[in-house]
Amino acid sequence: MKHFSDLISALEITNKTNSKISALVDYLNTAPDKDKLWLISIFTGKRPPRPVKTSLLRAWCMEITGYPEWLFLESYSSVGDLGETIALMLPDPTHHIEKTLSDWMKELIALRPKSEEAKKEYVLNAWSGLQMQERLIFNKLIGGSFRIGVSKKTLVNALAKYSGIDANQLMHSIIGNWDINTMDFQELLQGEHINYDNSKPYPFCLAYALEKELPELGDPADWQVEYKWDGIRGQIVKRNDEIFIWSRGEELVTSQFPELVAAMEVFDDDFVIDGEILALKDNAVLLFNDLQKRLNRKNVSKKMLEDIPVGFYVYDLLEWNGTDVREKPLSYRRQLLETLFTHKDKTNDTLLSEILPFNKWEDLNTYRNSARDFNSEGLMLKHKHSPYHTGRKKGDWWKWKVDPLTIDAVMIYAQKGSGRRSSKYTDYTFAVKKDDGLVTVAKAYSGLTDKEITEISRFVNKNAIEKFGPVRTVKPELVFEIAFEGIAFSNRHKSGVALRFPRILRWRRDKPVSEIDDIEDVKKLITNSV
Amino acid sequence: MTQSHLKLIKFTKKGIYCIPGKFYLDPWLPVDYAIISHGHADHARWGMKHYLCHTDSVPILKHRIGADISIEHMGYDVAKMVNGVQVSFYPAGHVIGSAQIRLEYKGFVVVFTGDYKVKNDHLTVPYEPVKCHEFITESTFGLPIYNWLPEEELQQQMHDWVALNKSHNRTSVFLGYSLGKAQRIMKLMEGVNEMYVHSAIHNLNNAIESSGIVLPKTQLLNYDFKKEDLQNKIVIMPPALLGSKLLKKLPNAATAICSGWMQIRGNRRWKAVDAGFAVSDHADWNGLLSAVKATGAEKVYVTHGSQSTFSKYLNEIGIPSAEVKTEYGSDEDDKELVTEKTTTA
Repeated sequence: MKHFSDLISALEITNKTNSKISALVDYLNTAPDKDKLWLISIFTGKRPPRPVKTSLLRAWCMEITGYPEWLFLESYSSVGDLGETIALMLPDPTHHIEKTLSDWMKELIALRPKSEEAKKEYVLNAWSGLQMQERLIFNKLIGGSFRIGVSKKTLVNALAKYSGIDANQLMHSIIGNWDINTMDFQELLQGEHINYDNSKPYPFCLAYALEKELPELGDPADWQVEYKWDGIRGQIVKRNDEIFIWSRGEELVTSQFPELVAAMEVFDDDFVIDGEILALKDNAVLLFNDLQKRLNRKNVSKKMLEDIPVGFYVYDLLEWNGTDVREKPLSYRRQLLETLFTHKDKTNDTLLSEILPFNKWEDLNTYRNSARDFNSEGLMLKHKHSPYHTGRKKGDWWKWKVDPLTIDAVMIYAQKGSGRRSSKYTDYTFAVKKDDGLVTVAKAYSGLTDKEITEISRFVNKNAIEKFGPVRTVKPELVFEIAFEGIAFSNRHKSGVALRFPRILRWRRDKPVSEIDDIEDVKKLITNSV
Repeated sequence: MTQSHLKLIKFTKKGIYCIPGKFYLDPWLPVDYAIISHGHADHARWGMKHYLCHTDSVPILKHRIGADISIEHMGYDVAKMVNGVQVSFYPAGHVIGSAQIRLEYKGFVVVFTGDYKVKNDHLTVPYEPVKCHEFITESTFGLPIYNWLPEEELQQQMHDWVALNKSHNRTSVFLGYSLGKAQRIMKLMEGVNEMYVHSAIHNLNNAIESSGIVLPKTQLLNYDFKKEDLQNKIVIMPPALLGSKLLKKLPNAATAICSGWMQIRGNRRWKAVDAGFAVSDHADWNGLLSAVKATGAEKVYVTHGSQSTFSKYLNEIGIPSAEVKTEYGSDEDDKELVTEKTTTA
């Protein structure tokens, strides 16, 4: 375990991707093959089911230490991670157990069907035979995320560096079907269980934010304009009856969207298309918040599929029946797309991204101003002669997003973050004026620098009204500008309004609390935004 | 029994006040007579008409507050009468010159710890438990998740890290507060490799050595250093310099923060340094508990840190306790993580 424990220590301390990759490569160079397979399994979510319930681990820890539950919870809220809290609280080890990662995993798998007494005996013995960091890892092996910022992509890049094999091929290999009991590490890397020719993706073409006046773009007739959607940019590869969905982060996400796979199966042609994965219901695009509920699940339940159905808006065609068409002009690729998709059944989940007709540049303002009504985040402007570029290239594709709505609000609650942010107050609740008091309008956690978070954490520590539990009520003093993408009346919220994607735009140190917005003014934004 | 009704101290807006003695312990606002536990800026503040501290703290206070302050001193083994109150110092093991302040009046004894640690760092005079009726304790690390490694294990980890850096041709940079932590790191790293210290630490080292204390050998880090001189060596600087130009100029630096807060992963990762070592000059959870029990105190006042939690727990295990709001803890170990300000030392 020491080996794996050292790897985790090295991974958790750095937030530089290159340092993480080099730590992983060091591990790959020295660990036994069986352990490397487990490493891949653990970091790709292919983990055996949890053998011991969290509540039992908690109870046993309290039993051993004799601490009351409130003290355990107080410690937990300070650490922000259950496995780590337990590891820190337990008494010093009495002996030392050294086993390989794969041996630990084998034992944990065998533990699952056993009785509670047998589980307790096993776990307590392990706890008393491991150092703090090893204990933490043991707790994480039982279940729980390592939260050390190693994505599938990072792992794949490390495997690529170690083996010299193409990263996307490795992505397909490790995501593909394989069984840890029968697979050999070298064979897994070589991809003998997959056919990479069928899955190979192209690099995405990316757009820059519009930085000039529209007339400077030239003749409006040369431009194709579409709505910009806030979903997950995806590439669907269909070759030889196999279908693969790649995300923009070059992760294979095929299994997360079974309805898209089904929608693709109706086509006879082979193709590679670029588009947006969106939550779509009754022909309307749902919020990204909704789509998020569908992401990174091991199994997509039937209810999930019904509640948040997913569709694909097609932007572009990259390959058609084996021919790479990326160098052809956009107008040509679009025409091909239309012949491919328009004759298909209208109930299909796969829809062509609509081209917005316009004659003069001014006409676009109307589209952009109403974009928010359809949960679109603005417009995309693409030159009709443009090839499908590799990566980001200035000039041919522009994104023109809508301006966010903003209000000034005061912070009233603060809560500690998790993972890297578990030591700081990073999640805040904001309020605006209502009559003589305040009313909560939004909860937000992004958009501040580490330095600002540190400063705010100090303020919270000094000005907290309650002392126990994870949430601190603070003196209403710090004013922030909150940006959001939309606003609607809501019965479920005390304030009577619901904000979409609220986030902290900036800290208004210049504004006293007396100058924050009033809920009645906030409500006026509702009519203004439609 | 009547003794416990005796009121020797009072918690005031200016600091902890000794009623019959008419003096304050580590006051945070200007007063006439201040008895100081140790030289950290949140305990030894500017503006007192008269100071009393341990002998080894004198050069530190003069260096930090001013050479012309009115100051008297005494060692650990003597006592002094102040308005009928017997005042004496006992080792607190926190930093060089740190003392627990023992007050005795008509047979009633109160001990104020200032800051303390119970484990021996082989640098400061080790902590000594003192029997008392009332005990005023700090609680910086008053949660059961804070339990320090034995000194030898901690030292081994730090030595291993330096060796690893050396093998990658990297310079090891330790960040630690200039009073206390820096000398502690010097002691832990003694004999491993040449050590360079930032001028803030260098000046303080000179002040400490002026009372005859011998510190491990270090060299001043000059701003016009030659890269080849520092390559693979050890550099110690105050945490405020994290992200500074000076740090960036060091050849291929690997940076580690030394602070008790580094016990928690989230804290280690927060600062995005190369390593974090839980080197603390404060008592850990078990240290606090053993210290409280060893005093046999009938009442425990808990100051700065996790005062609510620690005091609640003491009450639950049958030791009457109350939390006290002070202005301590806004500095030193706390400061290392929360502010970016440069020290004036």
